[in-house]
Amino acid sequence: MHELPVTEKILDIALKHAAMNGATRIHSITLKVGGLTDLEDTWLQHYFDYLSKETIAGGAKLIIINDGIRLRCGGCKTMIETSKEKLQDEQCPHCSATQGFTILSGREYFIEEMLAE
Amino acid sequence: MRDNIKLIKVREAIHADNDAMADRLREELKASRTCLINLMSSPGAGKTSLLLQTTAALKEKLRMAVIEADIDSTVDAELIAASGIEAIQLQTGGFCHLDVPMVRQGLDSLDIGKLDLIFIENVGNLVCPAEFDTGAALNVMILSVPEGDDKPLKYPLMFSKCDVLIVNKIDYLETPLTDFNLAAMEKRVRKINGTIQIFPVSCRTGQGIGDWTDWLYRRISVQ
Repeated sequence: MHELPVTEKILDIALKHAAMNGATRIHSITLKVGGLTDLEDTWLQHYFDYLSKETIAGGAKLIIINDGIRLRCGGCKTMIETSKEKLQDEQCPHCSATQGFTILSGREYFIEEMLAE
Repeated sequence: MRDNIKLIKVREAIHADNDAMADRLREELKASRTCLINLMSSPGAGKTSLLLQTTAALKEKLRMAVIEADIDSTVDAELIAASGIEAIQLQTGGFCHLDVPMVRQGLDSLDIGKLDLIFIENVGNLVCPAEFDTGAALNVMILSVPEGDDKPLKYPLMFSKCDVLIVNKIDYLETPLTDFNLAAMEKRVRKINGTIQIFPVSCRTGQGIGDWTDWLYRRISVQ
């Protein structure tokens, strides 16, 4: 629902790093997105195309990698990798706990890298 | 691939700016011993009703104000102000959530040094406000019984980041009008949030409000 402000941020950060590296055209931007976020990839690209068209990032492709969700068991501190779909059925492989997990990651948006010239 | 194409390692979080501003705001408010609470829920879950009940219960003990965020109306701020609590209305102009610059805009209209507790009534939805840190010391959400006990399954991010869950409209539980299962809902929330405080209340009858306000008062007193 808030793809527009997020896309503005992606474009700002990409243009900043392009300038820092003397790039004159951005071809693709790779994002790592946590498994708990609710962004729609298609809409991100639509908004990005609209916002970037007058810039050196015009036409760049957004490559979105789902980075999953990492939990820590409250009982034995074991780390568990999961996804939004599996989250509610998750059980600790070490102590069999089914409650009291802490979410360590899954909420982040991260610009990993970009291809530019 | 052409020779002149290069890989630029960016490694920057999109919310880094807002997160840094949120941390700064938290420090400032801590220094002035003012607790900022970010209150979130769906539209109609009872944010304004909970604020009216909470401020009524605590107004002899704490100096409070409310920052109301709405896409485009002043109805909630007028209700709060009519109860004798200072209320600032922020119109988000279509924005679905508050971020730190918007919260600061509200705080600028308040005399923070003279306040113990400031509530932000965030925009009503369970998706966007969960992703933006407001600088609040406590994140509180409301789930109301008519919304259903499956909401932690649909909006895990929101339920995972809150310190407190208020379950409102529990007067419905005693009627045949709902099949809401409080225990099942609680189990779903505790799965993804091991430290959350849960308070079942009815803003209409006042049931459970004292447990919540007593907890809140103790929490603020030890700050």
